[in-house]
Amino acid sequence: MDLVTWSRLQFAMTAAYHWLFVPLTLGLALIMAIMETLYVVKKDDFWRKAAQFWIKVFAINFAVGIATGIILEFEFGTNWSNYSWFVGDMFGAPLAIEGILAFFMEATFFAVMFFGWNKVSKRFHLASTWLTGIGATISAYWILVANGWMQNPVGTTFNPDTVRSEMASAQAFWEVVTNPVAVSKFFHSVTSGWMTGGVFVVAVSGWYLLKGREKVFAKKSMLIGALVGLAGSALVMLSGDSSGVHATEFQPMKLAAAEGLEDGGRRAPFSLVPGVEIPGMLSILATHDLDGYVPGINDILNGYTDNDGNVIPSVAEKMARGRKALDDLAAYRDLREEFPDSAAVFRAALEENVQYMGYGHLEKPEDVVPPVGMVYWAFRFMVGLGMLLALMLLLATLFAWKDKLEGKKWFFIFALICIPLVYICGQCGWIVAEVGRQPWTIQGLLPVNVAISSLSAGAVKTTFFLFLAIFALFLVIEIRIMLGAIKKGPQISEE
Amino acid sequence: MTYTFLQNYWWVLVSLLGGLLVALMFVQGANVQLINPRLDQMRKRMVLNASGRKWELTFTTLVTFGGAFFASFPLFYSTSFGGAYWVWVLLLITFVFQAVSYEFAYKKKNLLGSKFFRLALAANGVLAPFLVGTAVGTFFTGSDFYVNKDAIADASSPVISTWGSGWHGLEALGQGHAVLLGLTLVTLTTILGALYLIKAVDDHSFRKKMRKVVRIVAIPFLVLFLTWFAILLFKNGYAVEADGSVSIERSKYLQNFLQTPAVMFLVMAGVTLLVTGLHFGALTKSHRKGFWCAFAGTVLVVIAVFFLAGFNGTAYYPSNTHLQSSLTIRNSSSSYFTLKVMFWVSLIIPFVVAYIAYAWYKMDRHGITDREIEKTTHKY
Repeated sequence: MDLVTWSRLQFAMTAAYHWLFVPLTLGLALIMAIMETLYVVKKDDFWRKAAQFWIKVFAINFAVGIATGIILEFEFGTNWSNYSWFVGDMFGAPLAIEGILAFFMEATFFAVMFFGWNKVSKRFHLASTWLTGIGATISAYWILVANGWMQNPVGTTFNPDTVRSEMASAQAFWEVVTNPVAVSKFFHSVTSGWMTGGVFVVAVSGWYLLKGREKVFAKKSMLIGALVGLAGSALVMLSGDSSGVHATEFQPMKLAAAEGLEDGGRRAPFSLVPGVEIPGMLSILATHDLDGYVPGINDILNGYTDNDGNVIPSVAEKMARGRKALDDLAAYRDLREEFPDSAAVFRAALEENVQYMGYGHLEKPEDVVPPVGMVYWAFRFMVGLGMLLALMLLLATLFAWKDKLEGKKWFFIFALICIPLVYICGQCGWIVAEVGRQPWTIQGLLPVNVAISSLSAGAVKTTFFLFLAIFALFLVIEIRIMLGAIKKGPQISEE
Repeated sequence: MTYTFLQNYWWVLVSLLGGLLVALMFVQGANVQLINPRLDQMRKRMVLNASGRKWELTFTTLVTFGGAFFASFPLFYSTSFGGAYWVWVLLLITFVFQAVSYEFAYKKKNLLGSKFFRLALAANGVLAPFLVGTAVGTFFTGSDFYVNKDAIADASSPVISTWGSGWHGLEALGQGHAVLLGLTLVTLTTILGALYLIKAVDDHSFRKKMRKVVRIVAIPFLVLFLTWFAILLFKNGYAVEADGSVSIERSKYLQNFLQTPAVMFLVMAGVTLLVTGLHFGALTKSHRKGFWCAFAGTVLVVIAVFFLAGFNGTAYYPSNTHLQSSLTIRNSSSSYFTLKVMFWVSLIIPFVVAYIAYAWYKMDRHGITDREIEKTTHKY
């Protein structure tokens, strides 16, 4: 395998591994904050002990999440050097803001939350617990602003003198911050975290009930977990809908790959599984219009007219214009110091095709097609599992609300099975979002083969296996410790 | 606000974050005590819990320092991180182990035993300051890289920044002056760690041992630091001409020192505070404020070091492979609008510092005792 593939594998592995821990952090943060609020409001010590138990589980999960987060940040530089320069002007700002606004909040108040039970007042402790979760959520927003910009690069202009994408104006920053793709991704990711947290708490509570232990704690935890998870499920569906519409508008190839749609059109069908389709449903989901046009893979390769009447050129034409842009860029840079007048001509020519410059680095039109099978099935697993999980959370809410949990052994086992399923669901979502946008690091501007660092494939292969070994080791230890903590339980007396 | 003002402003902020990062590495320095044979298991647990309440601040400052460099000087980020690959990977690995070791060290079923994780923390305690110090040391010795922005138009070799040495950063270990700074940081953070433990742990005999650590390590620290600084002042530096070209200049850093009153003040104030901190820590029996003096002194001196590297017409990241590829504040920064937007965002920093200070104050009013470690369940 070449350097690009190893660099992609290393980053994908780190991101996927990081994403194992983040959703539970986001979900548990909300659940334990609710429990501690009940403790402060009701002055019932039961809720303090319940919150302390989930905080303990949260802390075990939190450490590995932090450890993998720093690797991701550094890998932008170590493995994607050209990317760092090309978009550092746009991408670095949200990352720095994330550090200033969110990380310090998380770091400061996590310490108070974890160690401060007997050191600070009840209210200050409660505020710290909420602020830890709010910090994690703000962190998610800024990193998804950065990620959303990669999927839909708004507010930027290419500067041939510095050879990078730069912020077009001070106002352009607001375009980046309110990028609709970023906003959708934020709600989708955070609420999927609530869903994960909900499933986790329901399943662990179910395990206690299955074992006949910690009954009061388990029932009350299950109700809160189920309500948070169910709210998360509903919001995931809503934000998923807007993600689909945005994909149609900004990343039609991703949508076409997720649907395995070779030839699109109006009243496009939605594929449940290969060979089973719902007529017109894809047009409704993707454009909110039965007669909406959804381009397929071949349409995108050959060119088409979108729903607003814009003529989208074929990929071959984009590549030709991209290569012309690269030639004009080279000529401009060659002449700009000695022959500024001649250079100005090439600069003007560059402006005409600069939006396709990224296509100039592709070898053939088919390079813009991501791995269709992987994205197609990941999408189906994500949606199918999401519905199954929502059903489980709905049942948990009903059973816990009506106090009908006794003897529901089948349900407790179902809930336990849902723990691996919610993680598979989250990973599938990540695959749809990130594999679906290949070959672009920045949609339309910078393909992966131009974004890399100047390293040997062997060096990245070595660090890939090094990180793989470390991640595997941490995962095994984390699961062992977490299972140990769960087996020990909150140990709340139940008179 | 002019572009030049914003570029300088961000160099000041990066310098401040660098200063805070080095000072906050007292966490690493404290963890070196986890392999101190003169401490029993309980004292080691107290060390772990004392540094464990602050490690996330250091970690976060490292992440923010990286993020701020990425956002304000992206050409440094792309050139150094993508080039000095092994140094940064090694640093990452030590920090990754640190992050989990607190949580894992004393948990049952941690697979590797608590000693392994204590060793991982101590290894991070030595390697992290050493690698950071050596990496910053290359700001004055130069590195082997080449920057060619025309490369982006070359389909066969589009990478802008390429590294000249196949060692990808490890060659810095052969640069004596850079290594000297790495060793200086190891001794400095060990002192800061011991001073912090004197403040944070409420145990008379333990404090006595930590004062002895300060006394023992202070001498090599002063020798290393003064040697590094003396060599710096008289070595050749990398001057930026008015047209942006870079040239070698004799005693460039001495000139920077003498021509920049702010740097002179920062160095003198910083060293005075550091020495005061050392005095309180090493030569008094009950004084516990040495940490704050040494902390503030460290921040000031590191800021001065960054100022010496980047201001007064100096290339802060020189290239030995191709002198004109050297990075300066002017040629490596983000655009005007990005720096401007981030300027407004940076105004929130005093608020962040205020809530950190408040939380720190609330949490550290009473020192950690062995009784607390025995009784509480909320501990590492």
